[in-house]
Amino acid sequence: MERAVSLDSSLGTGARSIPSGRRLWRFHGGVHVPDEKSLSNAEPVTSAPLPKRLIIPLQQHIGAQARPLVRIGERVLKGQMIAEPNGYISAPVHASSSGILVAIEPHPVAHASGLSALCALIETDGEDAWAELPEPLVHYAQLDPTLVRERIRWAGVVGMGGASFPTSVKLNPGTDRQIQTLVINGAECEPYITCDDRLMRERAAHVLEGVRVMDHLLGVSQVLIGIEDNKPEAIESMRDALAETDMPGYTEIVPIPTLYPSGGEKQLIRILTGREVPSSGIPAHIGIVCQNVGTAAAVADAVLEGRPLISRIITLTGRAIAAPQNLDARVGTPAGELIAHCGGYRESARRLICGGPMMGFELRHPQAPITKATNCLLALTRAESPDPGPTLACIRCGRCAEACPAKLLPQQMYWYARAKDLDRIQDYHLFDCIECGCCAQVCPSRIPLVQYYRYAKTEIWAREQERRKADQARARHEAKRVRLERQEQERQARLRRQKAALDAKPADGKAGKQALIEAARRRAAAKKAAAGRSGAQSADRP
Amino acid sequence: MKSAIVSSPHLAPVNRVDRIMLQVLLALVPGVLAMTWYFGWGLLINIALAATFAVLAEAGVMLARGRSPFAAIGDLSALVTAVLFAISVPPTLPWWLTLLGMLFAIVLVKQLYGGMGYNPFNPAMAAYVFLLVSYPVAMTTWLAPGVLAEHGLSFMESLGLILQGTLPPGLDWDAVTAATPLDEMRGKLDEGWSIEEIRQSPLWGQFGGRGWEWIAGWFLLGGLYLLWRRIITWHIPVAMLLGLLICAGVAWTLDPSRHPLPTFHLFSGAAILGAFFIATDPVTACTTKKGQLIFGAGIGAIVFVIRAWGGYPDAVAFAVLLMNIAAPTIDYYTQPRAFGHGGGRQAR
Ligand code: SF4
Ligand code: SF4
Repeated sequence: MERAVSLDSSLGTGARSIPSGRRLWRFHGGVHVPDEKSLSNAEPVTSAPLPKRLIIPLQQHIGAQARPLVRIGERVLKGQMIAEPNGYISAPVHASSSGILVAIEPHPVAHASGLSALCALIETDGEDAWAELPEPLVHYAQLDPTLVRERIRWAGVVGMGGASFPTSVKLNPGTDRQIQTLVINGAECEPYITCDDRLMRERAAHVLEGVRVMDHLLGVSQVLIGIEDNKPEAIESMRDALAETDMPGYTEIVPIPTLYPSGGEKQLIRILTGREVPSSGIPAHIGIVCQNVGTAAAVADAVLEGRPLISRIITLTGRAIAAPQNLDARVGTPAGELIAHCGGYRESARRLICGGPMMGFELRHPQAPITKATNCLLALTRAESPDPGPTLACIRCGRCAEACPAKLLPQQMYWYARAKDLDRIQDYHLFDCIECGCCAQVCPSRIPLVQYYRYAKTEIWAREQERRKADQARARHEAKRVRLERQEQERQARLRRQKAALDAKPADGKAGKQALIEAARRRAAAKKAAAGRSGAQSADRP
Repeated sequence: MKSAIVSSPHLAPVNRVDRIMLQVLLALVPGVLAMTWYFGWGLLINIALAATFAVLAEAGVMLARGRSPFAAIGDLSALVTAVLFAISVPPTLPWWLTLLGMLFAIVLVKQLYGGMGYNPFNPAMAAYVFLLVSYPVAMTTWLAPGVLAEHGLSFMESLGLILQGTLPPGLDWDAVTAATPLDEMRGKLDEGWSIEEIRQSPLWGQFGGRGWEWIAGWFLLGGLYLLWRRIITWHIPVAMLLGLLICAGVAWTLDPSRHPLPTFHLFSGAAILGAFFIATDPVTACTTKKGQLIFGAGIGAIVFVIRAWGGYPDAVAFAVLLMNIAAPTIDYYTQPRAFGHGGGRQAR
């Protein structure tokens, strides 16, 4: 039990020789957890049935929510764009089958917050009729990369490993940044999940075609495809497929040791290249772009077949599910229907989790739809996910720090999170925490550490927002005060001038009055003239 | 926050405090048996008494604080404190001193600071020092190891000694007690003896005190078990023993007639026990790896300084408490370089 933590992995820079002969690096910490892949990885992927109603969230990506393009009551076709990207960092959403758009309204979605979000509800008609699709760009290599990227953007491709960042943006690092290495993430390090495993076994050639497109867009000199060595079939299948292409010169399939979280972007880059993505930086800063194998397949669909991203492979697993398996499911299918398709529950599920057991979140609404980023629905039994029991005090044993792949001191961050010391906790690099859960997994006091870090991050964001608001309000207030002050000064000055004018001819009462009246008239005329001028000016403006 | 955890990860945790404490207790068994072999039943009686008092004290405080006593007792940390205390004190200690020590350790040092996890000082060592300062005679009256004693005490005799303070008829203290090797070394050195002369004493074994060196060996075995089970890491014990060895080695090289062999320091007194079982108490030690090295080395050095020049012959307890004070500061200045904060292969 205590040996679940790999202490020797804390050596940092040790190299390990593996069959491919490529030198690998280690990242600090990590945990060995039972991988449970065999529950669901034996059978080929099958198609999930067409649901009666599709619930398609308008926000399935990082960035701005997509803008609806269709009216309620309208008929939509499969593959038709129903919402367009709203800004550069955004992605469109397509109908995943044909039918009538019955509503665009808030609906519970698969999100950690458990809140609702705007979704397009489509009553499917069962015809599954395709919309007219754009031409496949088979000769993409001869095309302007901008066109190819535009296609990927049109197809709504986002990172399918979980982060769901718009892929077209990631494939456009800008001209000032030279990207040398494309890292393809086939690690699939979370226990239980096998969708990438099955994808690589069954559609290796397709994945590689997608990789080739991305390689073309980035113009990299090497492609490294990292796969954890607990997936030998996937490694073999990918190697066989690679041998059939023209890519072996610069592409390598690299088996990596199975150790959670080797599939974390920064960890995988470290393993394969020995380089560390700088804190608060992105891989492109060190000449690397990282993409998931599922994303590569989606890119191939978009570019070579002209198909938008409307379905994905999802793993339904956990011992509470009657028949664990991988399904090719339409985006927008309610989770409950997929579970029913797998024979429902074998025993009552202790928890239904969206994503893997280490980083996933509890799905509180079983009718929430799956999205482009949903890679797994995990129904855990009481035995698999027991009630952790009461939380004890931190005994400062340091196991969390030994396990932390970000080399943080989780126990100190926990201490300051509890004390609500939001400044000190940032001294301990809270924002480098990738929420991988290694620390909580090994904590002997069963402290839900990740929960504290999420809480602290949210608090800090909220505080910063507050601060920004307060700053704006203060600026507004200050501006108003200055304006009022100036007006007041001007008024005072006017009064003083008038008074001075009066005082100047105190004796000559009549003449003085006359002069005053004359002066007032002149002022009024001048004002009128000025008003006329400015009016004319504003009329000139378009 | 409530125990209903909604946050990831969702799997069963792999470690538990009570299991860790149980492993520590298990690792103490060989050393305790060896000590019993050399010093008789008194040690076991002391362990039983200390354990009872510690658990009762813990339960009492928990009840007074309106909490369930079972969670606190269930983590077994009070038991570990009790056993470490009982090992450190003389096997003839009157029962009421054990009671006093346990009350001090559990109520004052541990619970008044907020309980398990919050105490800055190692409770067993704090209690030891408290008693040593207040009752120096009782705390330094050690039995002679079995191999030397003219008369070993039976179980009932030990019990009588601990509970009533009476020796069996016909025996006086001189017959059953002997100075500890460290005491002997100190005393004789102060009287101007040379190391060579002191070594002639029957108290001297292969490299440490006779009997004591074997006990240290069995504790070492337990310590290695803890390392193997990854209950502790090597940093603190290795740093502490190296710190002690290096200081003792330098002194011995400079003046072999006034300083005993470095191995004497390792295998007499509580050096090994301290390195593996006391200094490694996670609550009161450093948590960063670099910090643990400094923490351990500091204890080793202080132990040597006190043994060589201080007023007390053994020093592990003092050294541990002193470094306990420094631990938070050391931790603060030895934070590891977080991922992505320079270093690694960043530059091309
Ligand atoms: S948070 Fe948990 S794992 Fe970390 S030091 Fe505290 S008790 Fe140990
Ligand atoms: S969740 Fe954060 S603090 Fe915990 S191990 Fe992962 S990166 Fe480190």
